[in-house]
Amino acid sequence: MTNLQLWTYCVVGATFALYIFIAIKARASTTGEFYVAGKGVHPVLNGMATGADWMSAASFISMAGLIAFKGYDASVYLMGWTGGYCLLAMLLAPYLRKYGKFTVPEFIGDRFYSQTARVVAVICLIVASLTYVIGQMKGIGVAFSRFLEIPFNYGLFLGMGIVFIYAVLGGMKGVTYTQIAQYCVLIFAYTVPAIFISLQLTGVALPQLGLGSTMADGSGVFLLDKLDKTLLDLGFNAYTTQKGSTLNMFLLTLSLMIGTAGLPHVITRFFTVPKVRDARSSAGWALVFIAILYTTAPAVGAMARLNLIHTIQADSIAPDTSQNLQIDALPAWFTNWEKTGLLKHEDKNGDGRIQYVGKNFTGTDTNGNVVLNEMTKVDRDIMVLANPEIANLPNWVIALVAAGGIAAALSTAAGLLLAISSAISHDIVKGIIAKDIDDKTELMAGRIAMAGAIVVAGYLGLNPPGFAAQVVALAFGLAASSIFPALMMGIFAKRVNNIGAVCGMLAGLGSTLVYIFWFKGWFFIPGTAMAADTASNWVLGISPGSFGAVGALINFVIALSVSSVTAPPPEHIQHLVEDIRVPMGSGSAVDH
Amino acid sequence: MSDAQKYWQANIRLVIGCLVIWFVVSFGCGILFAEQLNSIRILGGYPLGFWFAQQGSIYTFVVLIFFYAWRMNQLDRKFNVDED
Repeated sequence: MTNLQLWTYCVVGATFALYIFIAIKARASTTGEFYVAGKGVHPVLNGMATGADWMSAASFISMAGLIAFKGYDASVYLMGWTGGYCLLAMLLAPYLRKYGKFTVPEFIGDRFYSQTARVVAVICLIVASLTYVIGQMKGIGVAFSRFLEIPFNYGLFLGMGIVFIYAVLGGMKGVTYTQIAQYCVLIFAYTVPAIFISLQLTGVALPQLGLGSTMADGSGVFLLDKLDKTLLDLGFNAYTTQKGSTLNMFLLTLSLMIGTAGLPHVITRFFTVPKVRDARSSAGWALVFIAILYTTAPAVGAMARLNLIHTIQADSIAPDTSQNLQIDALPAWFTNWEKTGLLKHEDKNGDGRIQYVGKNFTGTDTNGNVVLNEMTKVDRDIMVLANPEIANLPNWVIALVAAGGIAAALSTAAGLLLAISSAISHDIVKGIIAKDIDDKTELMAGRIAMAGAIVVAGYLGLNPPGFAAQVVALAFGLAASSIFPALMMGIFAKRVNNIGAVCGMLAGLGSTLVYIFWFKGWFFIPGTAMAADTASNWVLGISPGSFGAVGALINFVIALSVSSVTAPPPEHIQHLVEDIRVPMGSGSAVDH
Repeated sequence: MSDAQKYWQANIRLVIGCLVIWFVVSFGCGILFAEQLNSIRILGGYPLGFWFAQQGSIYTFVVLIFFYAWRMNQLDRKFNVDED
């Protein structure tokens, strides 16, 4: 066993021991504890748990790489996945906390006095959460197989086992306290390598400032200018300027914001704090903890991109490639990551060195031939996973990245699984099938639903449906077009009634699904797409992933206009809306 | 107008005010006017539009939420609808 593996086993093993310890300490004994942690979570701690709940394997592993390769255009993810918290804090969280029940579909069902509305909400919740959880399962498997060199399946089973222990035993209570621990692990693992690399490249410790600083090589050139120049010289796109269409960037940002605010596993976290005012401040704390990673990621992306290029392709470009990386002297990380398939090279001109240039490159070598790109694959995940190795950081830092990636995936998976199992045991079993079961039976139903959800998620992780890569658009599209507008109108538009809400949800949902399926294939079945998924085919240049905002607009318009021509909601519903609009009396809602 | 209506109106005004800023820093400075703003440099070598898109908007969001929470707590007390 190498020194690195030893470190990795120690760090990952220690974090797992911590999670199991918490699981034993934080068991749930009532449905209140199982669904909402007894509404006793401190707002700062809930903010931390929300940070871990929200930041998934994709945020931890893939986002910096996405920024590294897309540059400015990737800002949509940074703004979209943080701006949603403003909507959540000001439009939803305090009111839903005041209502004081257990699940998101329950509020929709009660407010719109309609089982149909509740069932539609449950279906949206399950589809959005289940598609989202597949990516987490995959993330767990990848982290294990690369860092611990355990086969993908075993890694997945181990991860499922850990989640099983704390989520089945502790429900929301267990999940909350493990998420707090997981947040600490993942943020430490993310920021430590970032600080190291920022120091190496710019001499500034804080990556957020390092990104705006000059290079440490004494040239006095700003890092971002150097990156732009290097990329343009090598035939790549510039980093800091816009490439895509403005309309599409605008709508994608808006869709991600609305979708973020409408994702049930995030909303439910705000049911766990003691008071309405805690729900408000807790959203602020959540965003503080998220912002620490989200403002570091752009620095990691830019610096890792520069590091990678400089490691392979020396500053001097063709015809002089004598400084380039030699193929018979590749560094260890290069060959290691080639084994995983995330990196590939091909010596097209047979000079024994690698040339890494963009598709716009027109320079020629000494024989007058155009220099071709020989890095045939650079997966974006490499930017976080291999970054510490590329920068020659110590082994314990690399081990941290493994533990952090696993923590990010586990915490999000647990939150999603909890949202799914609560919807099944509380909204379907208790709400529709067996209304008169007692608290103990419902708690047992919750545990069984959780166990079942873990098994289904594990199965989907092992046999990912071909569309796994497309599902992010689906999850955000569903949340944005159906759940967010229904919740917002439930609070802010007293006049919206049952028929209006159901029509609105179905219209928003239907239009978004059709638009996504039109370009991605019906139910993502390959070959069934009605038109190629290219910008020239999109209506007004709106990509399927950006359509959620349009779906939400359709939902609002239909719900408001249908409600205005049908009977207003009954008196007790109007009183209910008036009641959730004021914080006073939230305590009495706890015993439900 | 009843106190409850006044409270709700003050709340809506606050939310709209916050969301205007939310919109301006992200969609305005970060996307629509990013190119124009990029000619200005801040914090060293950050083009301003790029900074808003990848850093500044996020910091503003955090400040906005805490400001909103603080103002709402004041309103709760003023209209006597707070929880204690």
